[in-house]
Amino acid sequence: MQNWSWLMDESASTIGPQIDRLYYVILVITGIVFVATELTLLWFIFKYRHREGRKAEYIQGSAKAEIVWTTVPAIIVIAIALASAGLWDEIKDPDNVPDNAMTVILTAKQFEWNLTYPGPDDELNTEDDFTVRNRLDIPLDRPTKLEMYSEDVIHSFYIPDFRLKQDVVPGMELMMWFQPTRTGEFPIGCAELCGIGHTRMRGTLTVHTPSEYQTWMNEQLQAQP
Amino acid sequence: MATPVAASGTGAEHHELGFIRTYIFSTDHKMIAKQFLVASLAFLLLGGLLAAVMRWQLGFPGQPIPFIGGLFSETTAPGGIILPEFYNSLVTMHGTFMIFFAIMPLMLGVWGNYLIPLQIGAPDMAFPRLNTFSFWISIPAGLIMLAGFLVVGGHAGAGWTAYAPLSADSEFTGVYMGQILWLVSLTILGFSSLTGAVNYITTIINMRAPGMTWFRIPLPTWALFVTSWLVLLAIPILTGALIMLLFDQTIGTGFFAPATGGEPLLWQHIFWYFGHPEVYILILPGMGLVSEIIANRSRKPVFGYHSMVVAIISIAFLGWIVWGHHMFQSGMNPMLGTSFMISTIIIAVPSAIKVFNWMGTVWRGDLHFDVPMLHALAFVSMFIIGGLSGIFMASAPVDIPIHDTYFIVAHLHYVLFGGSLFAIFAGITYWFPKMFGRMFGAKLGKAHFWLTFFAYNLVFFPMHSMGLKGHIRRIYDPSQYTFLQSMQSLNTLISWAAFFLIAAQLIFAFNFFWSMFRGEKAVQNPWNSNTLEWALAPTPPPHGNFVATPQVYRGPYEYSSPESTDDFLPQHLPPDRVQRPPVPREPGSLPTGD
Repeated sequence: MQNWSWLMDESASTIGPQIDRLYYVILVITGIVFVATELTLLWFIFKYRHREGRKAEYIQGSAKAEIVWTTVPAIIVIAIALASAGLWDEIKDPDNVPDNAMTVILTAKQFEWNLTYPGPDDELNTEDDFTVRNRLDIPLDRPTKLEMYSEDVIHSFYIPDFRLKQDVVPGMELMMWFQPTRTGEFPIGCAELCGIGHTRMRGTLTVHTPSEYQTWMNEQLQAQP
Repeated sequence: MATPVAASGTGAEHHELGFIRTYIFSTDHKMIAKQFLVASLAFLLLGGLLAAVMRWQLGFPGQPIPFIGGLFSETTAPGGIILPEFYNSLVTMHGTFMIFFAIMPLMLGVWGNYLIPLQIGAPDMAFPRLNTFSFWISIPAGLIMLAGFLVVGGHAGAGWTAYAPLSADSEFTGVYMGQILWLVSLTILGFSSLTGAVNYITTIINMRAPGMTWFRIPLPTWALFVTSWLVLLAIPILTGALIMLLFDQTIGTGFFAPATGGEPLLWQHIFWYFGHPEVYILILPGMGLVSEIIANRSRKPVFGYHSMVVAIISIAFLGWIVWGHHMFQSGMNPMLGTSFMISTIIIAVPSAIKVFNWMGTVWRGDLHFDVPMLHALAFVSMFIIGGLSGIFMASAPVDIPIHDTYFIVAHLHYVLFGGSLFAIFAGITYWFPKMFGRMFGAKLGKAHFWLTFFAYNLVFFPMHSMGLKGHIRRIYDPSQYTFLQSMQSLNTLISWAAFFLIAAQLIFAFNFFWSMFRGEKAVQNPWNSNTLEWALAPTPPPHGNFVATPQVYRGPYEYSSPESTDDFLPQHLPPDRVQRPPVPREPGSLPTGD
């Protein structure tokens, strides 16, 4: 039963700790509400259980109590929404993609992820572009931006350790960007039911040190036909 | 407040009908409710069995199903080993049967039909023949849906949400006829819901007994009234979407196909414009049932009756403008995310009001833990979990990692099983004596409750954690992901708990039929209830319900009123016939009530 907890595993992107922080804020708030309401309910169930001679009190309600338990939750949830809105824009607004990001083209189809890299000249649609399947290899020292396309149905590109996910929709150009915080290998999955091979649509994201990334890119260039 | 028009016709016209008019093509709302009850409980069982097969694959990936494995065909599970395409059909059909053929008719078909005329003092529905139609049109829909298992290519496998273009072209799934039957069946079923909703709304507006003002209507009927409006607004949208998808599949239109200028996200917008109200269609009637049962079994008025009504209306209204929260990661313009996030998260407010009001109803009450009360209290405690877990997904950034993971599976089952299904069990066990004239067996009822409550939490609570760790939804074989392998033991445990949970439902099924024929004979008003169906109508009520048109004098929740020596004060009892306590109370404690 390891892996059974309310804690998030350590993230590996700059956005990860921010999402985790918001998650923990919500976890603490909802956790307190959960414990308080359930314990109160249990206490009432015990305390007001039927016994000989017990008579219920005739209470229609209380305007004061109802005003309190309308306004307090309203303030709390609107605060959560406002706190979420800023982070949402930071992740999703195209204007927030860092200028130095390396652009990689992701083309999804049943049941594979194809990634096209700009190559040494850092420009897409040039001769030194190369494509690999089900592998996303990126350097640690700069952000990556994915331009995402699908050739057939909707897929969803999911990197749990980066806390990122974006549906990839045929007929649309979508994007996702991230800045890794540590090297290592991280799983990629497809999170949208996409057909018989949905479960096979996996990949690996590898974050390299800058020099390892150069080595990897050179290997790929030599392997290209 | 205007006095509603008196219901025309009384029970006096009751006369004997033949077997077919009584039991088959009945126009009696109570018989139609029972027909819906039996049919949708059968579909509930089927939906559960489909889940069990799914859980076998998740708990024991790639191993042959024991004992019954040989019964599966070569195209589903050869030798008992489940194929991925069959798994996708299981995922799709479990959701489809549970939502459209089990929970929705259990809420609307059963309680809408059974309770509305009885609680408002009407002899029947406004359109009894339309009511017969609404049940019988659901039968071909069910048969067509079942037929999908028998056709070449297997049953629909694009999920109950049928996201286009996966659902729109058989080249993507290998499923052609199955998907078409799925679309045709749900299109037909829509007429059942629509005619039902029209009937419920008309009946409640026009046929309330004299004195049954809007704020004297019991909360189950209020919830069914508001839900019927949601049905009326949502179902035609679904029907339109289904027909568009059917055309894409069959006659080559391209509404959702980008190659012909179509738009895949259009499906999601239309589907969730129906689908989110649908979520509330599945739970609001349950909230009404639970309010009634908690007040009765606490022998106390509902705490904040008016705000309960307002909360139902607000949830329904908000539920209708939040569909985009299903689409945060869909590629929809991210700037829409913020507005959908705010409208979504505000639903927590009326939901919280309801929870606090239920707790306020229990507070200082005189609690009787009969089987319906146990289920109703379970509803409240499980709805708290389902409501709170919703806040995580409502926050769009937190939704990014947990969207389409087991966190969502946990959340939706805490609302639909922990919420809707416990409310349905509460309702069945509470109104069983009225429906069948015999008490629902209490010992087996309690055993079923505790086993269900325990196993249900064991199945769904750990799924929150699995989703946080990235366990994707709807995957056929989690063991193929290295990082999910460490969760295999948890997956296996959940599968055992799920088998146990389904087995525990056999107790309910046995008790249901045993009580129907052998249960203790029920008195007219076993729960000492105030509402007309218990306090005035005979048990079981005849065709036409009431001997004479009832006159209503007060609200439905006058329990433990200082005006009466009894701890209940029926709605129909004339003020001059109330047994008043000999010693006058202090003036301050007198009710103001309507």
